[in-house]
Amino acid sequence: MSLEAYAIYKNYGEVEALHNVDLVTERGEFFTLLGPSGCGKTTLLRIIAGLELPDSGTVMLTGDNVTTLPANERNVNTVFQSYALFPHLTLFENVAFGLRSRRMTGAVVTDKVMAALAMVHMEDKKDRLPSQLSGGQKQRVALARALVNEPEVLLLDEPMSALDAKLRHAVQAELRQLQQKLGKTFILVTHDQEEALTVSDRIAVMRQGRVVQCAPARELYERPVNRYVADFLGKANIIAGRRAEGGVETELGLLRLDTPPAWEQGELAIRPENIVFHPERPAVNGLRARVTEAFYRGDRMEVWLEPGNLRMSAAPRRGIAKGDEIWIELLPGALVPLHE
Amino acid sequence: MRRFHWIVPFTAVGSLVFLYVPLLAVAVFSVNASRFGLTWQGFTLKWYQRLFANEQILEAAWNTLFLAGVSTVIATVLGTVLAIGLKRYPWSRRVYTLLDINLHLPVVTPEIVFAAALAVAFGLLRMVFSVFEPGMLNMIIGHVTFQVSFVALVVGARLASISTDIEEAARDLYADNAYIMRHVMLPLLKPGIVGGAMLAFTLSLDDFVISFFTAGPTSVTLPLYIYATVRRGVTPDIHALSTLALCVTVILVMISERVTRKTNKE
Amino acid sequence: MSSQHHLVWNGELTTRLRLIRRGMYLAAPGMLWILLFLALPSLLLIVISMTTRGDYGQIEWVFSLDNFTRLLGFSSYGWSADYLWILFRSVWVAFWTTLVCVLLAYPLCFHIANRAPEKRYFWLTLIIIPFWTNLVIRAYAWLLVLAPQLPFAKFAAVLGIIPDGSPLYPSALAVYLGMVATFLPFVAMPLYANVEKLDWALVEAAKDLYAGRARIFWHAIWPQTVPGLSVGITLTFIPAMGMFVVPDLLGGAKYMLVGNLIQQQFGTSRDWPFGAAVSLALMVLTLVGLHVQRKHSGEGGVP
Repeated sequence: MSLEAYAIYKNYGEVEALHNVDLVTERGEFFTLLGPSGCGKTTLLRIIAGLELPDSGTVMLTGDNVTTLPANERNVNTVFQSYALFPHLTLFENVAFGLRSRRMTGAVVTDKVMAALAMVHMEDKKDRLPSQLSGGQKQRVALARALVNEPEVLLLDEPMSALDAKLRHAVQAELRQLQQKLGKTFILVTHDQEEALTVSDRIAVMRQGRVVQCAPARELYERPVNRYVADFLGKANIIAGRRAEGGVETELGLLRLDTPPAWEQGELAIRPENIVFHPERPAVNGLRARVTEAFYRGDRMEVWLEPGNLRMSAAPRRGIAKGDEIWIELLPGALVPLHE
Repeated sequence: MRRFHWIVPFTAVGSLVFLYVPLLAVAVFSVNASRFGLTWQGFTLKWYQRLFANEQILEAAWNTLFLAGVSTVIATVLGTVLAIGLKRYPWSRRVYTLLDINLHLPVVTPEIVFAAALAVAFGLLRMVFSVFEPGMLNMIIGHVTFQVSFVALVVGARLASISTDIEEAARDLYADNAYIMRHVMLPLLKPGIVGGAMLAFTLSLDDFVISFFTAGPTSVTLPLYIYATVRRGVTPDIHALSTLALCVTVILVMISERVTRKTNKE
Repeated sequence: MSSQHHLVWNGELTTRLRLIRRGMYLAAPGMLWILLFLALPSLLLIVISMTTRGDYGQIEWVFSLDNFTRLLGFSSYGWSADYLWILFRSVWVAFWTTLVCVLLAYPLCFHIANRAPEKRYFWLTLIIIPFWTNLVIRAYAWLLVLAPQLPFAKFAAVLGIIPDGSPLYPSALAVYLGMVATFLPFVAMPLYANVEKLDWALVEAAKDLYAGRARIFWHAIWPQTVPGLSVGITLTFIPAMGMFVVPDLLGGAKYMLVGNLIQQQFGTSRDWPFGAAVSLALMVLTLVGLHVQRKHSGEGGVP
């Protein structure tokens, strides 16, 4: 076990930022806190870093209780959203900061710093100042500055929010590779669900100070526990229904599903890519639908269907056009009952 | 370039002429050989030579520099520490407002009222400690009182540009209070501290009213000397002295312009 | 674990008490200095303004409002408005000085802003140099310019305004000239900061709508310059009211302003109680001026 937090409560005056939050991470895991702004994910991260004190609860690092340990004594390091590089120090000195502050000197420092800079491919710029760098370069230096201290856990606070989309994708992949190579626990905070899915082993989806669902990325995407999670990670079609013999009775007919619902009445979710085109009536969960809109998105078609106000993701080669009448199948394995 | 009505450049240049005619007149008559009267009697540098033989002027010059130097050092230390203490600590709103008003008092008070208050302060202190007779000590104290505000304001402005992120990052990287102050805060504040010190130094050099009310017979500064002499009668010596002061000002302004232009380019 | 007393401030784990204590150690020296040598003495001025002058110039702790009635003109010889005139004259001079400076500063700033960017530094330096030149030098220099031997005084003599061979000082004109010359940079510099960043698109829009020159100025230019103008006016009007050197050198005994009056009480007249009362009057005028400025800068946006 790496970093754990139990029963964390935090209020700011009237506002409840965190309510009874539990968090358990494994060593070497890439863990993400995902949610919209104001959900408490950054607060939780700062509490782990020691930059905030919880009102109550415990934070444990590799089994030691660090709740009341000051930030500068905790073996965690943070990559800040603004990078917070020291503007008056060269990159080398920036990265060396955490070592020098612990009174390390000489060749030990130089070796570690150069190794860290090499890890992020910035060793040739070691004498530059932060003001001379681009956003992406600053982020890499911030990463090196944190990792050179070999912390138990690395914390990242929305580190890619300041980068443009293309750079973001490249950096996400690099970050994931780096984490795997180092085998360290990374905890990332983001509001970008695509980013979360790309890099994470496990994701905790948060809302208004509570963890709604905590699971591996795939499970979170394919088996969201409620509408909030379903909507947050990509698009979802919501179908209301009532449990019946053999499946769920909905306005689209009787739908079969692999996981029968625990409720009598409720909602089902199915992702657009799991609504499949068929040339003829499918064996199970078939529906004759009319295309109300069809948008070309390059790698796929976004198709709007009635009845049910469904969104379908189809391959462009199908040649689906507005006004067509087609057969679709709602894959039984992909229909997920939602809870509250 | 927009086309303005001719009156704009006309007035603009006219204003500048208006500002410079007196200064140029002083410079011109500083090299006029005539002692009394203002008829041109030939070019000479003898008035400048006499300056350097004039004991009183040399003493006044020394007093001016000494006063400015000592008061600037004190004010810079007090002002910097004041700015940090005021801006980086969790004062309640009411307390902060009170402190802020106190801080701005020297800036807002008219100089003559400031000087009157100082006279009162020293008058009272004199009753207890005789060291507070009009003289260099009183002048230093008086100067520091208004310099502290300016230094604190300049440093405070610079402080505001250092985000708290930086301090948090330093903590995250295992630094303690002393380390952060020494390796992060003070280096980042340096431009503000230097700027504040330079401002304080200049304000002290130029000060007249406060010096006038606190000076003693042996602690005359150059502005006071010029004033006293001019009241008795304008002489070429004073013109020479003033022209020198003007040249020094010009040089300092040009240096500071060059320095700010270089730092802006970086 | 309860965090009732502890908190994290800028990354440091500590208590509020410890933080305030440290803040106090840092801020106290400077604050106390100002308190001791300015704030408290200023309050003392209020007290002293109600005391009486002793026969040898010392303070007699006999309390009355005599100094204020004297300021308002009432004395054992009946009522005279002398002191009130001095107060009024100070505000009057300050007002006209500020107005003339503003009228001169606008064309000056436009002219500089209109220069090519590299040349602007040169023109700004021309304003900065007098700004940093000592006030005494700048004031007495006018004694030279207005001397009888120079063309200006000679011209006035020819016109019959002054007797032949006499200088153009001491006079109200000399004081105004000195004041405007002193304060013009104080208005021009903050105003320039606004003029340089002027959004000329608004002016173009006004021209497109066939606005006359005056309306263009009033609606498209003036609002944008109000913040800088407000700073300049504050830096001019309030110090001008308390100005002492310029009226002393250029105005003489007949053209006294408040600053001269106060200086006289603390100097030759040795009447500290009365001097304190006049200082208070000036402080009141200052506070009124600041209040008016704050109200107007509120409507013009944040200065």
